[in-house]
Amino acid sequence: MGLLSDPNRRRALTSLVTRLNTPLCVLCYLVGVSWFMGLAFEPFMLRTYMSENAMGSTMVEEKFVFGERAISYTREFAGQKKKTGGMPVDWLVKTMKSRGLEVYTQSFSQTLPFPDEVKERYMVRGTNVYGILRAPRGPRTESIVLSAPCSEGNNNNQAVGLLLAIASYFRSQIYWAKDIIFLVNEHDLIGTEAWLEAYHDVNMTGLRSSPMQGRAGAIQAALSLELSSDVITSMDVALEGLNGQLPNLDLVNLFYAFCQKTGVLCTIQGKLQRNDWDTLPGYTHSLSTMLLMVLKQGSGHPQGDHGLFLRYHIEAVTMRGINSFRQYKFDMTTVGKLIEGMFRKLNNLLERFHQSYFFYLMPSLTRFVSIGYYMPTFGFLALILVLRALDLWVQLSDPARALEDGVSEGEQDSSPSLLSLATPVIICHLTGLALYFLPVLSQEMAIQHFPVSETEAVVLTAIAIYVAGLALPHNTHRVLSGAGTERGWRSLKLFSLLYLAVLLGCTTLINFSLGFILAVTMIPVAAFIQPHRSSKVLHGVALILVSPATTLLLSIYLYHELIEYPVSLLECWQHFLTAVSQGILDHHLYGSLLYPLLALFIYPCWLQFWNIVFWK
Amino acid sequence: MASHRLGVAVFVLVATAILAAESEPNQVESEQLQDVGGSPDAVFSDAEGGFKTGDGASETVPGQAETPPHPVETGQADSAGRRVSIEVGSDRVEEPVADEELENLQAEFDLQDAPQQSEPVPIPRDHFAEELVIRPLLSGDMYTSFQFRTRWDTDQHRGEKVSHYRLFPKSLGQVISKFSVRELHISFTQGFWRTAQWGQPLLSAPPGAELWVWFQDSVADVDGAWRELTSVLSGIFCASLNFIDSTNTVQPSASFKPMGLGNVTEQRFLRYAVLPREIVCTENLTPWKKLLPCESQAGLAVLLKSEKLFHSSYHSQAVHIRPVCKDSACRETSWELSQTLGIVFDLHASGQSKREWSLFKMFSRTLTEPCPLASSSKVYVDVTDNPLGDELFDLSPAVSLQTQAVVLGDRRTFTVYDLLTPEPYGPTRSLNILLKWRQQVSVDMQRPVLHTERYVSGYGLQTGEINTLLYNSHPFRAFPVLLMETVPWYLRLYIHTLTVQSKGKENKPSYIHYLPSKDRQRPHLLEMLVQLPPHSVTKVTVQFERALLKWTEYTPDPNHGFYVSSSVVSAMVPSVVAMDTNSTEGRPLFTTLFHSTEESSYFMRVYSEPLLVNLPTPDFSMPYNVICLTCTVVAVGYGSLYNLLTRTFQVEEPSGGLTKRLANVIRRLRGVPLL
Repeated sequence: MGLLSDPNRRRALTSLVTRLNTPLCVLCYLVGVSWFMGLAFEPFMLRTYMSENAMGSTMVEEKFVFGERAISYTREFAGQKKKTGGMPVDWLVKTMKSRGLEVYTQSFSQTLPFPDEVKERYMVRGTNVYGILRAPRGPRTESIVLSAPCSEGNNNNQAVGLLLAIASYFRSQIYWAKDIIFLVNEHDLIGTEAWLEAYHDVNMTGLRSSPMQGRAGAIQAALSLELSSDVITSMDVALEGLNGQLPNLDLVNLFYAFCQKTGVLCTIQGKLQRNDWDTLPGYTHSLSTMLLMVLKQGSGHPQGDHGLFLRYHIEAVTMRGINSFRQYKFDMTTVGKLIEGMFRKLNNLLERFHQSYFFYLMPSLTRFVSIGYYMPTFGFLALILVLRALDLWVQLSDPARALEDGVSEGEQDSSPSLLSLATPVIICHLTGLALYFLPVLSQEMAIQHFPVSETEAVVLTAIAIYVAGLALPHNTHRVLSGAGTERGWRSLKLFSLLYLAVLLGCTTLINFSLGFILAVTMIPVAAFIQPHRSSKVLHGVALILVSPATTLLLSIYLYHELIEYPVSLLECWQHFLTAVSQGILDHHLYGSLLYPLLALFIYPCWLQFWNIVFWK
Repeated sequence: MASHRLGVAVFVLVATAILAAESEPNQVESEQLQDVGGSPDAVFSDAEGGFKTGDGASETVPGQAETPPHPVETGQADSAGRRVSIEVGSDRVEEPVADEELENLQAEFDLQDAPQQSEPVPIPRDHFAEELVIRPLLSGDMYTSFQFRTRWDTDQHRGEKVSHYRLFPKSLGQVISKFSVRELHISFTQGFWRTAQWGQPLLSAPPGAELWVWFQDSVADVDGAWRELTSVLSGIFCASLNFIDSTNTVQPSASFKPMGLGNVTEQRFLRYAVLPREIVCTENLTPWKKLLPCESQAGLAVLLKSEKLFHSSYHSQAVHIRPVCKDSACRETSWELSQTLGIVFDLHASGQSKREWSLFKMFSRTLTEPCPLASSSKVYVDVTDNPLGDELFDLSPAVSLQTQAVVLGDRRTFTVYDLLTPEPYGPTRSLNILLKWRQQVSVDMQRPVLHTERYVSGYGLQTGEINTLLYNSHPFRAFPVLLMETVPWYLRLYIHTLTVQSKGKENKPSYIHYLPSKDRQRPHLLEMLVQLPPHSVTKVTVQFERALLKWTEYTPDPNHGFYVSSSVVSAMVPSVVAMDTNSTEGRPLFTTLFHSTEESSYFMRVYSEPLLVNLPTPDFSMPYNVICLTCTVVAVGYGSLYNLLTRTFQVEEPSGGLTKRLANVIRRLRGVPLL
């Protein structure tokens, strides 16, 4: 700090910052991006390990042998499902009761803000059935959940069958210390959300549900099961939950440990592990796995039913059985053993999961990148904003010093009025507000005047408002205070840079992936745009290329490239439209924060930069 | 005898240590006795534990010539020769004796004391009865409830010292006299009674340990007595009752009334505490069994084998001591000790292939003889749900004796096996009651009239809400219930958010007693009288904020969560007998116009689930990191700020420092103008 208190050195420092500003920024960006790339290089990663003592040292012997019974339950369930044309509530209640569980049902209904065209639903009405296995001599204070969705068509019948077989096997064991809840939920995520809200007696999404009768204390962990075939070739684990929340790493380790023990092939992001990290394909593989995780986490969309549990501090993962063309298959008994083993270890838990990491990225199931390793990436990127802001600050304060020296300048130029700065900021945020509220509110009006469906109306309105924001009369300062001054745009840019830094910083703390995606695209352009007449078009195009909507479009494209299912540009556009509607739905149905964050903060902030480019 | 008593003695020792610490004011030679090892109480315990006490054996009665014809010498020596000892009056001198001598003395007491003493001591007429109730639950599970009742015909209210024990366990007798206890109720429960599946228990108890005590009105320092009492009981029952302190003790104003004689209902003599986290296992069962006159040597208690008892869904053992009338005239009182044990055996966990129950299957023992000290020893099997004999289940051996009783507002029919008669044992000389289910048991049963449910709602670690649901499933009668909630101080209740709702409407409690908590001193106590409308669910909610504890106040496993003890619902519940109009058809008309009073409603206490609440918990696993980070921030941040604030700035003429001179040398070499 002597550095700052000494005027000479301070001057030297500021001149350094201003002189070398551009190279420093470029350097920061390169270091940030390459640091991120390096995270996927195996020697730089940590190996996963079990931190929780209660689950580490104890041995569990799995004795589940009722794979055949699971399949017969599956057949029966499928038949009943076909007969009732939906969830066979009565049959499930009867079956669970006869297995000795305490069975309850919970009916719910939810009206979506607009029809969901992907899942073809608007007014959702459903029933969740859950059976509680009471732990012998347990005081009903703790429980674990095993859930299986009752999906449309023939999906997930096996999951329900296996759930019933496991329930009936678990019921005859006496070692349970925690109650076990077997949940069959209808309408996948909506059902899970309804059940969780009723269990915790909160109402955040305007869902109507019948009061819940049976509870089993604080839920410690949850596993969600998705199985659509009698045999599987591998088991995939989905981690990313709502708003990019992740389960404790120990739960993932537990899954991996039991996959190893039972010999089941396990994947993450649908990708098997490779051992050739020192070759380029090996590195690319782990990088693409990690990028997939970043994209999924950044989307804030729950990647399975488990995703909604995380909000309630319930560690949860979704296990998905994959049946591919591989030779070696695993039957239901093996899957049952895998789940039994995990449950018995969860049963041993003395405390909630807290030992291991909650913030991590996984380039493979055995390796992880902890928060301490990936945060510097963002640090370097954010440094660019700080450096630019410093530069601007110095530039802005220099003329003031010049004024003291007697060089007179225009009064107005030296201090742009607050009004002229606040007006564009306010207008940008009002546009954001419109983007947030109008699409859903004005769908009625839109379908009256245009030949579109509600969903299309909402999405197209959103895009229209988004684009209209670009054309707004941004140069209000000209009306207020004549021509825009040099200092005016510099002040606005200074403010916008700091605003962006704060926004991205906060976002990154909660959801690193989202923050990183936004930072890596927006920061370089935001740092260097200027209202120069010559390069106005260039800057404008660059800015449009990094606008949140374009980022979303590119992310979708990248995602499809990474899962090796490339799409054409037109398909990509279709996916983009779906993603926008799903984003809005996620917000209304589950409380996802991505849409409000983009609409209310990131987009207005971006508009401010747009404003600067067209400053006159 | 000494060796057998050792187990008790170990537990008694803790009690004794405290008892011995205080002198007996009535004792003539108390001071002298203190010198040689303690008060008379201590001597007795010492004798049991095999301690060598004192030296003044001058007045000791040596072993007499004749061996007494007392059951002591027979197989039931230990149980029969229970606590026979010397009367200690204020006018008599205590004789410290060596333990083997005392043993003789005790054995010969019946013969000896009359000539020895100046005034004859009335021989206590203690009374012991045991019974076992077996109730097949409609869920297919089996509920067995033991009750051992000892009556002690001594009048301790007068304050005189009693040290004559026959059937009544001495360790508890001493506790009663030492702490002037009027009533004592203690229960240890592992598991939760599933009211909705199992109906009502014969005796309800909350999960964990529960202790409530009424003290005599002569006790001046109730808190002190309570503190000592919990420590003593902790020793006797080998439980963590010593964790009861002021932060979990309350004085309920209305929920707990004396169950025995006496009309002192001032709440300052009442103390109530629950330890919801207490784990109950064999080490609690063993001392409990040792309180029985026959221990587990004979009678029903032979069934109490730990390995089977803890292979169950529910286990609740309790001890209740209260003063009762000695006779119908009630001129004198005596002490009644009820030891109860309720167990539910799980149908599913014990193999589903054979749907049958027997004593042997449940306890891996059969009954062969009653306790010889028992005046009554019976086994009741509830056959109410089996009206025609073999509809739902078969019962063997078949006994013709049946009895009816109104239990918890429901008329039940029982098959009775009287163990004092040879009849039930049959030719094999052992009784193994066998119950075979005939048909698939239906899980659906009529919901009990009153049951509760409790949960914490909300998410996050800042606030939350405690919800208590009270179900009244009576079709047409409303009745009031007393709800009592004890909440630890670290959940800060917002009492203004208290709402009571029935059927969507506000239900104003007619009585509310709220004692706010004091941090680290006492818990919240909330009692209220709520009228439950017929066929309704009443929801009582109150919001709370989670406090951040001091770092030493966290338990070793803070992420497990913190327990909130069960709420207690006490009510006079309308009887189902009165409710069921169809059942009156067979009876005479004159009986049914008005419900007879004892059947129309009955007292019931229902406990809800305990709650497990997570508090905001620091990450204890990385204090080092935290310390390092904090220190760095403080050092860098504070240090530099302090530097900036205190430094005086002055313009300095550029002086020819070393650096400058060095620079000039280089510049000269380069041929550049000097600085």
